[in-house]
Amino acid sequence: MTVKDRIVATLTRELRPEALEVLDESHQHAGHMGSRPSGESHFRVRVTAEAFAGRSRVDRHRAINALLADELRPDGIHALAIEAWAPGEAGR
Amino acid sequence: MMPESGWRQGRAATRKDDTMPSAHETIDTEVKNNDVVLFMKGTPQFPMCGFSGQCVQILDYLGVPYKGVNVLDDAELRQGIKEYTNWPTIPQLYVKGEFVGGCDIIREMFQSGELATHFTGAGVPVKQTANG
Repeated sequence: MTVKDRIVATLTRELRPEALEVLDESHQHAGHMGSRPSGESHFRVRVTAEAFAGRSRVDRHRAINALLADELRPDGIHALAIEAWAPGEAGR
Repeated sequence: MMPESGWRQGRAATRKDDTMPSAHETIDTEVKNNDVVLFMKGTPQFPMCGFSGQCVQILDYLGVPYKGVNVLDDAELRQGIKEYTNWPTIPQLYVKGEFVGGCDIIREMFQSGELATHFTGAGVPVKQTANG
């Protein structure tokens, strides 16, 4: 199971998102600080979920970071970009 | 939230000198004594990570005075800021002692104009907004 698969599985299970996109952007950072020979270092999550309605950006990011804490250990992935929306919000 | 619950113990084990302030105390002092603090990898002149570099560009564009704190200078600080904020990634922006967000949030707020509003609302002068 790839890191991306695990992220998709966790967020799908915990957030029941209306929309979810997980992008492995590691190739864009090859050779940069934090890149790893195995790839799988930089990810972007775009997620729309009812759970985010009425919550601040910081709260939304903290919720996702907490769900993905296993991946964010110091020896885990280097970067997680987050775009988190409630249903119906503009910005996507 | 982070699995390492014992950073205080880890710090004690690696501290060189009991008179040195802890990472927590150092962070506390920085965010209370400076209106705008960016905890980052590298320095505003030489960012060592693209995400830190983006935040530097935004702050420089807005023309707000800020202090950059390089977490790569100190392993305790690098771990300590994650626990202090309950935020697992760097960069992290503090305004008037309050955590505002990481790179994604800063960029979103900048693009929507909220960041400039946040600064002026906090009494921090801004030279220009995202829309010029």
